[in-house]
Amino acid sequence: MDAVLLSRIQFALAAGFHFIFPPLTLGMGLLIVINETLYYKKGEELYKTISKFLVKIFALIFAIGVASGIVLEFSFGTNWSNYSRLVGDIFGAPLAAEGVLAFFLESVFLGVLLLGRDRVSKKAYLVSAYLVFFGSHLSALWIIIANSWMQTPAGFVIEGGRAILTNFFEAAINHSTAERFLHTIVGGWQSGSLFLAGISSWYILKKRDIQPAQAMLKLSLTIFIVMSFLQFGTGHMHAVQVAKTQPVKMAAMEGLWESKDGAPLSVWGFPVASEKKTYLEIGIPKLLSIMVYADPNARIQGLNEFPDELHPPVFLTFQVYHVMIGLGSLFALMSLIGIFLILKKKLFETNWYLKGLLFAIPLPVIACEMGWMAAEIGRQPWAVYNVLKTADAASVVVPPWQILLTIIMFTVIYAFLFFIFIKFLLKLIEKGPEEIAKSSGY
Amino acid sequence: METLTVLQIIWFFLIGILFVGYSILDGFDLGIGSLLPLLSKNDEKKTAILFNSIWPLWDGNEVWLITAGGALFAAFPHAYATVFSGFYLALMIVLFGLILRAVSIEFFFLEAGNKKIWARTFFIGSLIPAILFGVALGNVILGIPLDSKMEFTGNFFTLLRPFPLVIGILGLCAIFMQGLTYTMIKTENEINESARLLSDKIWKLYAAFFVLAMIASFIFIPGSSKNIIAWIFTAIFIVAIIAIRIFIGKAEEFKAFISSSLSFASLWGIAGALQFPNLVKALGDDSLSITIYNASSSKLTLSVMVAIALVGMPIVIGYTIYVYKIFRGKTRG
Ligand code: HDD
Ligand code: HEM
Ligand code: HEM
Repeated sequence: MDAVLLSRIQFALAAGFHFIFPPLTLGMGLLIVINETLYYKKGEELYKTISKFLVKIFALIFAIGVASGIVLEFSFGTNWSNYSRLVGDIFGAPLAAEGVLAFFLESVFLGVLLLGRDRVSKKAYLVSAYLVFFGSHLSALWIIIANSWMQTPAGFVIEGGRAILTNFFEAAINHSTAERFLHTIVGGWQSGSLFLAGISSWYILKKRDIQPAQAMLKLSLTIFIVMSFLQFGTGHMHAVQVAKTQPVKMAAMEGLWESKDGAPLSVWGFPVASEKKTYLEIGIPKLLSIMVYADPNARIQGLNEFPDELHPPVFLTFQVYHVMIGLGSLFALMSLIGIFLILKKKLFETNWYLKGLLFAIPLPVIACEMGWMAAEIGRQPWAVYNVLKTADAASVVVPPWQILLTIIMFTVIYAFLFFIFIKFLLKLIEKGPEEIAKSSGY
Repeated sequence: METLTVLQIIWFFLIGILFVGYSILDGFDLGIGSLLPLLSKNDEKKTAILFNSIWPLWDGNEVWLITAGGALFAAFPHAYATVFSGFYLALMIVLFGLILRAVSIEFFFLEAGNKKIWARTFFIGSLIPAILFGVALGNVILGIPLDSKMEFTGNFFTLLRPFPLVIGILGLCAIFMQGLTYTMIKTENEINESARLLSDKIWKLYAAFFVLAMIASFIFIPGSSKNIIAWIFTAIFIVAIIAIRIFIGKAEEFKAFISSSLSFASLWGIAGALQFPNLVKALGDDSLSITIYNASSSKLTLSVMVAIALVGMPIVIGYTIYVYKIFRGKTRG
């Protein structure tokens, strides 16, 4: 196997594993600051009980996020060294900025959050919680700036084969940064809030830790509901952005081969690249044209307008994109039912709904993963869109067997870490907020 | 001088400062990790005390490395690309260590069964990078085989030459010293005593390997004996390492830690003086070396980054000191 393919597999593995954790960090961070603010304002013990529980789970997620994040940071040099040479002038800066402006903030104040409650004033503790929250969101911002530049590069010229920065702000706030940032953050908030909603539901079903569980469920479900509707908005903005900046990707996500005036929004289908056809297609007439151009008859470009070698893997791009949207729609449905139950004041008694929340815990994270895959696979064959092909981005000096070896190593480590993560997560949940609040120290 | 040249020189220093910061801060938690079996004597309570003394701080310390890596990428992409791809397997082993240690303390405290496993993974995860960082630096100073496209042409075993190994052990001693002096500040009674006893042996090893590294530099690094700045830092190093001994003797633990940090910083000073303006020396043919002039990013990128560093780093240092103050004092379990 060639080094490029192996490096792609390794990167997908490393990024895919890493990105299980950041959405949860972002969402749990939000829950922690809201809860700490309530505690600071109202002073009720209940909020402190909840907070201690949340911080413990947060720390566990964070630890694995850190362990897997370092791999990504290194991998641009180890596996994508040509990439680093050719676009490092632009791409390195956000990574460095992320360290200076975000990781420090996040990591230094997490120490206070974790072990400093008895050492600082209530106010300083609250501020620390906010700083961790801002830190993690800032880190998301910088890494998404870097990634968005790869999707919609701007603010540079090509000189001697290398991309050279001409305008920092254009490069950072390029044509997709804002959409991608909002969409990813909202995805993270959905992930974190449903995570907690599911855990709280379990306590209510088990009739234990009732008081904190009900409070946690109310808070987290409210956030989940709001974010699930908001996500349609940010997702829509994002789709419009993709249609304009990366029309091939949009055509692949929609399985659209022939250009069409008044294109439908596809709901289901099986695109087959070798036949340039999409089988069993179900779509909503004209909706794609309406969504992108607010005009039912607007023309949307199909894949056939682009040379074959510029097509991304259509089948995969199509399916992962649709799984994401399908899950997004499911979340909206769950939210509607949730609103209904809250208004009827039946939320805490409706066992099937609580069970549903419990089993839905992994779904938003899966939606996030699918979204990234749509974004990244849909960008192929480019590493930097229209600038640098993935095939030209890899390291030339690393022999394939070494990459294979490290893929095996990472697979083993990640499987091991994930297993231990689940084990300790279940243990913390089993203990529950009331017992954790009673225990002193860690 | 042209603006670009000035910026390139500034970045040489800034990256050096990031590495110094990393060595001083993460040095002590790496050091405690690499000496864990000797300091804790595999006792769970003692391990818990040692872990508690670094737990709230170590991740912030490691960010110095992540930031230094990011800054190297942004300022000198060719150096980053050459070293990271050339030292592929070695870096993957480092990553393996860093992953292990990132989760170990957390797991140690959550584990109900056999906690010893997580003490051991923290030990292994700390020892691997603690040795290999110095080996990597030794290679970069000694020179590695490069072609005209700045690509590494050696193999894994190229990295294990005698000179880099000497530098590797010297670096390890410096990290040990950071760990021991920090342990003395943070602990009392038995652990404190173990650290004190151990520091006597490590100190001798540290001094011996410094002398060895100096002789090796005279042999392998042309011009090193005439480098005045390197001599100045050597003098500082000698003062610092003597001070370590004196302050440990007087049980002035904080001052011993500062002296140890100073000795570490002066090692970087010597390395920087021998290296400037090279980033990665080419073996055999100087014209192929990767320097701050042929490996750097554009003027604009370097200036934007200077702005970010000048605004960001003082703030970082400010709140890092604040948080260290929150956690000052002896750790008691
Ligand atoms: C949307 C958010 C997001 C995305 C797309 C990524 N990350 Fe991440 N990353 C985070 C959000 C995040 C975070 C929430 O800020 C984490 C999770 C846990 C933590 O420590 O911070 C983090 C941790 C984290 C760390 C450890 C920091 C520390 O020690 O404190 C590194 C080195 C990276 N990441 C690097 C990367 C790289 C190189 C990525 C892309 C290729 C990447 N991350 C994608
Ligand atoms: C954390 C969320 C992310 C996930 C889950 C993710 C997922 C993936 C996947 C699945 C691939 C493989 C695509 C293929 O080769 O078919 C890939 C490739 C890649 N991604 Fe991402 N990605 C993420 C974030 C990022 C970010 C933030 C960046 C940039 C900073 C980035 C840069 C790259 C690069 C350089 C490649 C390799 C070249 C390529 O195959 O395009 N990714 N990613
Ligand atoms: C509900 C309707 C949704 C729509 C219309 C939508 C739209 C999109 C589009 C068009 C992309 C691709 C962007 C690109 O190729 O660059 C994308 C990516 C992504 N989606 Fe969604 N999405 C929806 C729901 C969700 C949900 C529910 C989640 C997570 C809980 C989610 C998480 C993501 C993530 C993490 C990415 C990758 C990062 C990015 O490019 O923004 N999406 N989404």
